[in-house]
Amino acid sequence: MNSFKGFVIKEFKQIYRDTRTLVVLFGMPVLMLLIFGFAIRNEVNNAKVGVLDLAKDEVSSVIIQKISASKAFQIHAYLTSYDEVEAYFREGDIKEIIVFEKDFARNLTRSGSATIQLITDATDPNLANIVQTYTNAIVGDYAQELNASSMPVVGIKVHSKMLYNEELASVNLFVPGLIAVILMLVSALMTSISITKEKEMGNMEILLVSPLKPNHIIIGKVLPYLVLSVVNVFTILVLAKFVFGVPFVGSYLLFFAESILFIVTALSLGVFISSVANNQQTAMMVSLVVLLLPTILLSGFIFPIKSMPIPLQVISNIIPAKWFLVIVRGIMLKGSGILIIWQETAILIGITLVFITLSLKKFKVRLQ
Amino acid sequence: MSDLAIQTDGLTKVFGNFTAVDNISINVKKGEIFGFLGANGAGKTTAMKMLTGLLSPSSGDAKVSGYDVYSESELIKKNIGYMSQKFSLYDDLTPEENIRFYGGIYGLDSKQLSHKRKELIESLELGEVKKKLVGSLPLGWKQKLAFAISIIHEPNIVFLDEPTGGVDPITRRQFWERIYQVAESGVTVFVTTHYMDEAEYCDTVSIMVDGKIEAMDSPDNLKKTFETNSIEDIFIRLARAAKRGDR
Repeated sequence: MNSFKGFVIKEFKQIYRDTRTLVVLFGMPVLMLLIFGFAIRNEVNNAKVGVLDLAKDEVSSVIIQKISASKAFQIHAYLTSYDEVEAYFREGDIKEIIVFEKDFARNLTRSGSATIQLITDATDPNLANIVQTYTNAIVGDYAQELNASSMPVVGIKVHSKMLYNEELASVNLFVPGLIAVILMLVSALMTSISITKEKEMGNMEILLVSPLKPNHIIIGKVLPYLVLSVVNVFTILVLAKFVFGVPFVGSYLLFFAESILFIVTALSLGVFISSVANNQQTAMMVSLVVLLLPTILLSGFIFPIKSMPIPLQVISNIIPAKWFLVIVRGIMLKGSGILIIWQETAILIGITLVFITLSLKKFKVRLQ
Repeated sequence: MSDLAIQTDGLTKVFGNFTAVDNISINVKKGEIFGFLGANGAGKTTAMKMLTGLLSPSSGDAKVSGYDVYSESELIKKNIGYMSQKFSLYDDLTPEENIRFYGGIYGLDSKQLSHKRKELIESLELGEVKKKLVGSLPLGWKQKLAFAISIIHEPNIVFLDEPTGGVDPITRRQFWERIYQVAESGVTVFVTTHYMDEAEYCDTVSIMVDGKIEAMDSPDNLKKTFETNSIEDIFIRLARAAKRGDR
């Protein structure tokens, strides 16, 4: 037991003395959260739009007012004719131009329908889509107001309501994904590097010749990273809550339990990688390519799994982060209890067990 | 118990269709300095790994400190020390911390540890650098420290894998003086080396070629048998016959 304690102390000292490791451990999570939180957004803020109002009547001006009042848009230019449209898009600032047809109000009262044309810069198709949807929604809202105040119209009205993430804030969605990415980074990448470092420097030989049991070596190497990862989860949570105002509906206890489970998954992956890789570079490359990329791309962190081709959807099932994401999003945004997420939890436990067994087996086969 | 520290009989290690160690039988007496010579790729390291429990043999028998390498490797581990050619100290820890760590993994309790720490720092004259990181120490100091650490738990046998690689002749000389001291206290020293002058310091020398032991005797007897006056000469004669390349 004394030997084990010494091992953990030594590991902490080494981490504490290595500035690079410290930066990755504690700087990275904060940096990533800030970048993802502030920079990468799916919602639109202050998109510059232009208006070409050929009608200049009371209805069109009310709609223009509503658009300029929205946080999403900023009216950048008032055009006077169609000829200017092209030039404005070429400049690149303007994402959308809203065109009101001539006699907009008159058409509306006479025939009950008037047309607004939305011309969008689709060089960034995602953004174009979002901008259009937002505009549609504003106009649609206004149309409904009109209908309500005047006579009832026959027809189907769509009432849509977004649940659990009403502001559609992408940061709410990113935070769980970010926790997964950071835990993978800290737990898997850092442990695999630190274990292969011992191999490279020849310390592992001595450890294996010593009476220390192989699984004690593994646990001793891994335990400090478990502690640090929990600290990281805590940091991210605090930042997410107080800097970005991400809601947290569910149980903190369950959240931390699931996080620890995921950390153990990541650690077992790290140990497994280090048992395959012989030097730090290999360990790093393997961790980045095999762990980090799929965690970012295939877990549903950024791209929805449902819209991937079937083969990728199948592959996503073996990515631990996918399940962790479902779990954390459930707990944070929906307040899901263990009864709802037990399946995902079970799958995660399964994956973890497989990798623990694999890496123990690999590691035990003495050296070589 | 016999008076043999290490005893192997037909020890063999096969990797795929490559026989790294081919049927070697050696006897190492307690308290002697046993020189284990061989060109690169001759199988020295593999043989050493089998004796220290890092590799399991393909066939043959071996007893280290009276324990069987197959069934009693845990007991062997408690009774041997090992120093690798990389020295294997932690560069980002201080000498004191290295001593405490390695002492700890060999199961020394806190009292023994602080005693050993003081004793080693003093005898190795590390007092002034005990708070410095090992990475900043000269190679010779690291080597002294690594050797001291390899015998921190007072083992019966210590394995030294090319312990003097890369250090200057004076430091090498001092190092061998320490080896003598340790051997005199009754510890068996099993050492591999590339330096033929070092072979002369050993009680028994074995020369390994292509996985086989081609010669094994005291340096004086070897010289008589091969009718020459240097071990180097014998070594070159035997190693030239090797079929394996340098790998």
